[in-house]
Amino acid sequence: MSQEVTKEFNIDTVDNAASTPDVELPWAELGLKDNEFAEIVKILGRRPTAAELAMYSVMWSEHCSYKSTKNHLRQFGQKVTDEMKKDLMVGMGENAGVTDLGDGWAVTFKIESHNSPSYVEPYQGAATGIGGIVRDIISMGARPIAVMDPLRFGAIDHEDSQRVVHGVVSGIGGYGNSLGLPNIGGETVFDPIYQGNPLVNALAVGALRHEDLRLANASGVGNKVVLFGARTGGDGIGGASVLASESFDDTKPSKRPAVQVGDPFAEKVLIECCLELFKASLVEGIQDLGAAGISCATSELASNGEGGMQVELTDVLLRDSTLTPGEILMSESQERMMAVVTPENVEAFEAVMAKWNVEYSWLGEVTDTDRLIITWQGEVIVDVDPKTVAHDGPVYDRPYARPEWQDALQADNFKSSAAGQNLPATGDELKAAVLELMASPNMCDKSWITNQYDRYVGGNTALAAPDDSGVVRIDESTGLGVAIATDANGRYTYLDPYAGAQLALAESYRNVATSGAIPAAVSDCLNYGSPEDPDVMWQLAEGIRGLSDACMELGVPVTGGNVSLYNQTGDKAIHPTPVVATLGKFDDVARRTPSGWREEADGQAIYLIGTTKDELDGSEFANLRGHLGGVPPVVDLAAEKELGAILINASRDGMIDAAHDLSEGGLAAALSEMVLRFGVGARVALDEIKDRDGVDSFTALFSESQARAVVAVPRSEEVRFNDMTSARGVTVARLGIVDAQSGSLEVQGEFTVSVQELREANEGTMKKYFG
Amino acid sequence: MSTELPLIGDYSTPSTELSGARIGVVTFPGTLDDRDAARAVRAAGAEAVSLWHADTDLQDVDAVVIPGGFSYGDYLRAGAISRFAPMMSKIADAANSDAKLPVLGICNGFQILTESHLLPGSMIKNDHLKFICRDQLLRVENNQTAWTNGFDAGQEITIVLKNQDGQYVADEKTLDELEAENRIAFSYVGWNPNGSRRSIAGVSNKAGNVVGLMPHPEHAIEVGFGPDARGTDGLTFFTSVLSHLVGGKK
Repeated sequence: MSQEVTKEFNIDTVDNAASTPDVELPWAELGLKDNEFAEIVKILGRRPTAAELAMYSVMWSEHCSYKSTKNHLRQFGQKVTDEMKKDLMVGMGENAGVTDLGDGWAVTFKIESHNSPSYVEPYQGAATGIGGIVRDIISMGARPIAVMDPLRFGAIDHEDSQRVVHGVVSGIGGYGNSLGLPNIGGETVFDPIYQGNPLVNALAVGALRHEDLRLANASGVGNKVVLFGARTGGDGIGGASVLASESFDDTKPSKRPAVQVGDPFAEKVLIECCLELFKASLVEGIQDLGAAGISCATSELASNGEGGMQVELTDVLLRDSTLTPGEILMSESQERMMAVVTPENVEAFEAVMAKWNVEYSWLGEVTDTDRLIITWQGEVIVDVDPKTVAHDGPVYDRPYARPEWQDALQADNFKSSAAGQNLPATGDELKAAVLELMASPNMCDKSWITNQYDRYVGGNTALAAPDDSGVVRIDESTGLGVAIATDANGRYTYLDPYAGAQLALAESYRNVATSGAIPAAVSDCLNYGSPEDPDVMWQLAEGIRGLSDACMELGVPVTGGNVSLYNQTGDKAIHPTPVVATLGKFDDVARRTPSGWREEADGQAIYLIGTTKDELDGSEFANLRGHLGGVPPVVDLAAEKELGAILINASRDGMIDAAHDLSEGGLAAALSEMVLRFGVGARVALDEIKDRDGVDSFTALFSESQARAVVAVPRSEEVRFNDMTSARGVTVARLGIVDAQSGSLEVQGEFTVSVQELREANEGTMKKYFG
Repeated sequence: MSTELPLIGDYSTPSTELSGARIGVVTFPGTLDDRDAARAVRAAGAEAVSLWHADTDLQDVDAVVIPGGFSYGDYLRAGAISRFAPMMSKIADAANSDAKLPVLGICNGFQILTESHLLPGSMIKNDHLKFICRDQLLRVENNQTAWTNGFDAGQEITIVLKNQDGQYVADEKTLDELEAENRIAFSYVGWNPNGSRRSIAGVSNKAGNVVGLMPHPEHAIEVGFGPDARGTDGLTFFTSVLSHLVGGKK
């Protein structure tokens, strides 16, 4: 084959497109609808070239354009007060939101999905999910400081879960561990509803000095555009293979791998290289290459800047010289960045590349034409207004309606159902239920997973899984840092999409406050089924409405995130799963509160903050009995805010030594986990809760009522603690004391379970299934 | 202790230099724990000096730490490419010279030292084939080296273990020699976390100036930012080398 491969292409130039209006183009195969193709023709005033078609098709996809959700997502920007915007340096729409931390520091974080690739190819899908979100963080001028991974798999005992779980976990570890980023938490849920649609979400957080903030825009006419990092290959092209008409060469493979392949070493070098560029102020604008590759980077940089850019596509360094222009534009090869550099800085830029041995190529420059012009050996193959590609994609108001089955679902409450009869009542039955709960796939110890991740690298990790949130220090001289927690409950959201999204926020807000941090910002990853199904679209609309309302009430702005749709197998959608990440601020991470008590806490008083209602619908216990129906626990955001304030103040004033929020599994899970955290026992009684709240022992242990937490209070602080809670009008119950000698959790009058028994139940499950 | 640590870029900021000692920390492409090692050096009271793999100037450092990570991605064999770095030749020469430059290799640094033949043996993939991160109990077998003289012989310490290729292997003759010459510096206590021969976690050269181990002392130097047990056993590695340098215990 000739080395001059470019000559083998039947280059579809703009001139050619203008003179051959009737050429059939595979727009439908590229996922465009007929109205969308007609719109492109209208925008251009002619048919698109093959390369233009490739660009529009990827940029106008659901993934890149948010066309089904844009009209709903607006609420995140509308339901904000000035107070909420106070610390927001960069809001939604950029690669990631940026929040002021004080002392000249800022923090940026974002959560994204990599669901479908992780099902097709679990290792690479999960690995490149980390890679992509980390590059988003670098693009803001920040040093990435930690990652987290909320995961949802199918049934733990399903044969395919072996493939997916092993692949995803080793992919996250293999990639993330090689970047030197501590993995500080996340969640793991098993539910058959995710069997064909596992959810692999990835969160990254980065820190920066205010002056290092960078945005993705191409400004300064005459500035140079450079692509650097890994070479562009044929991975992640997906649909572009239908552009076969681009090529005369019928020997080239017609199908390309749809899933990208990651190279964490290249990413690590890229991180250090970018930080050196930022430090020396060598780039004017920067954009990572993720979904839609060069199409996205050029059109976004151009449309966010002065509006014009000229690029020569044959200057792109390739791993595969047979790639067509359309494939090069769509390739999602990993570990690439595009930057805008002034002519004066070109030499210094090249010196940094040489130091880190990073390949780069100068592709073109910023112009004032308002056009994105891409040439192939000098011939124009793309001539578009970049805004029409990047921002003016189609927007749909998809029809939605409350599903017919919703009423029946909500009427089917647990305690009236067949599954809800003969509930545990005696001490022995309650003990067996606690052990069953703590051994269940969702509540069992997940260190089989987290021990495959490096949680220590960086030396700034103050808390990590299994604590309520991950906490990292940012400034060593002051202890300034952040806490992050991610949460979602798909069962709650299925029962009530509006309340479920709020409950996800409530839990992550509570987790952050439990560790002692002040909640400051939110990033969300909205995992739903097909928006073309009115039932699903209703879940989505309700979820966004619920979440945005709750953010407003709690005073935490959404700074960015991601929507993942079409998570369904046939007609069966996943439970709506809005994963919410809350970021909290710490003036000094040294005062963070761990989720369990240590031996030296012996004799400290254990309090339950909040009231317990009969709320078992959608609970982990109902799930153990195979029931899903009724309505989720009541959302009380005012109570969440008050609880948060108590936990934060108690941490600041040294009133508590341990705190753990109540969520899935209720009080039974919280007490068990606090005992298991450092293997130190406790003696508690349920009488006060039962008398005060009018619930039985079973309900006291397993109800999932919200706005509750268990804390350990040193005896010397009890008066202050009680004064504070009563002044705030918050209900507390003194459950008992930490007992370092007993080696057990004793629920007086009900049962005693040894730490050993609890541990065996809790730790055995993951090993049993995954070795 | 000076705690100013720029998040971005160079970390070789002036320290309090209590000891006046300068300890180099080498960065290769893919090194991950270099900032952490530099922090540990400063916490011990020395000045951390950043050394770049491609340079040949040791900058008159008094000792060198080769930190952990995945240099060159460990794509070939852990440490196999890094050993050819110009800086490694300088370090090997200085370690073998009469001056006997103290060198500590941690994790990937240990792998680089075995690949450089400064230490015997080699590391292969953990026997359970998974990356493992845990708080690890070790026994100090030899407290006569430049990096362990602050410990008691037989002392049990907890530091952090995190690696993929941590299974220490060597032929039986070498293992017997290591034992006979008291060159096993550390062994794993209890469960052997990676299948290492004779539970070896770290070894030294004959002179005792070069020590390598898989677990990470630099992650157990500060209360609250290391093992759950909140100990700072890792700091003793770095204070040991300072007392060695000022002519204290060997």
